[in-house]
Amino acid sequence: MRVTVDRDRCVASGQCAVIAPAVFDQGEEDGLVVVLDHAPSPEQKPELEEAAFVCPARAIALE
Amino acid sequence: MKDPAPAQLAEPFPWPRYPFDPPELYAWLRRERPVTRVHLRNGQPVWLVTRYDDVRAILADPRASADLSKEGFPQFGFRPAGAHERPFLRMDPPEHTVFRRLLAKSFLAKRMQAMRPRIQQLADDTIDAMLAAPDRTADLVTSLALPVPSTVLSWILGVPAEDRDFFNEETQHLLNRENTGDPGAQERALRAGKSLRVYLTGLLEARESRAEAGEDILGMLVTASRDGSITRQDAVNTAMVLIVAGHDTTANMVAVGTLLLLHHPDQMAVLRAEPELMPQAVEEMLRFLTVVHLVVLRVATEDIEIGSMVIPAGEGIVPLNFSANRDDAHYPDADCFDVRRSCRDHVAFGYGVHQCLGQPLARVELEVVFGTLLRRLPELRLAVPFEDIPFKLFSQINGVSALPVTW
Repeated sequence: MRVTVDRDRCVASGQCAVIAPAVFDQGEEDGLVVVLDHAPSPEQKPELEEAAFVCPARAIALE
Repeated sequence: MKDPAPAQLAEPFPWPRYPFDPPELYAWLRRERPVTRVHLRNGQPVWLVTRYDDVRAILADPRASADLSKEGFPQFGFRPAGAHERPFLRMDPPEHTVFRRLLAKSFLAKRMQAMRPRIQQLADDTIDAMLAAPDRTADLVTSLALPVPSTVLSWILGVPAEDRDFFNEETQHLLNRENTGDPGAQERALRAGKSLRVYLTGLLEARESRAEAGEDILGMLVTASRDGSITRQDAVNTAMVLIVAGHDTTANMVAVGTLLLLHHPDQMAVLRAEPELMPQAVEEMLRFLTVVHLVVLRVATEDIEIGSMVIPAGEGIVPLNFSANRDDAHYPDADCFDVRRSCRDHVAFGYGVHQCLGQPLARVELEVVFGTLLRRLPELRLAVPFEDIPFKLFSQINGVSALPVTW
């Protein structure tokens, strides 16, 4: 799987970092999404899908 | 055959709700007229959006503006005297983005999680004080639901904890503006708005006179107004909206959430037996109760096609998050309260760029408070009949003004 994010859209809600902490984090200063793992394993798919759906800014794309 | 439109639809919006449930009409609207035009008490037409998918679509749509200075914005509830008093909640990007970025650091999910031990200590101390009552009864609102979020807010914002009673009381008045059953409500709401502004201006002035503005939010606002990235007026507006949003919402969730658990002993038993379910139970309580009921407002800046309707440019929109969270099309058996349900995708915190900034804090506070209450008060129950509990059925935020309990 590939994870891409749009930091211009991100509103720092931090939900992705709580749902999938192995893949997403928040920048210390601006709270914006930081991708820790751009190519996570397929087992992480359920929480990645949840993070993408829950993201209020629709800033997460999965391929 | 379709149901005829209920007569209530012609009544001015908002309609009466129930202690735990939205007006029945929301379910009818979701089924028959998911996007529909109604009138506010002042005669202004607004469009109600009732389905989960549609509410999310509107809240993600840049043509649905949150800017209250735009023509057609719903003239409803707590609102400032003019555009200069707009909080960032009532602005659009890029104006809104400045504030969101400025405040994000103070509400990082990790930072809020790191506060958990301190919040746990606060919850324990607050409950110790409550349990000291010799007659084993207390008003849960004044002895737990209000003090915990107010104190946490005083840490983060930098408002003195001893002023808590003042800002609690003024906030209650502010949000009671639409109470048709109380003739003095509007006047008191306006007065409360003014007195909170005077109070916060004084606090900010006191900070400005210090060499170091401080690391809390008031300090950051002073620094940002010094370097010109926001105005002094913006700093007051921001502090004001954070005080209102930061404690009345969480306090009402604590009070009504406790009541909901007491009303569903089976669910409470599940949570006592399996405390690890607490995080998802909190999501379910947020979804089911949606205490922030009538705050999310928008105006169409262009024609917006949604479902089979077109919301014309210049007309107000009320995306009903309470209705969305009870949409059976998204949550099977949505009117059933079930702590085992997985529903982190609820819209109780809103959706889109304005989604609640303080949500990671609210989650930690609620998990800690409910967890501690269930663990430490195994005999917790109501001290009065359910019918005697004073629900705030007219407030923009669902809640109770008192919750007498015993243990």
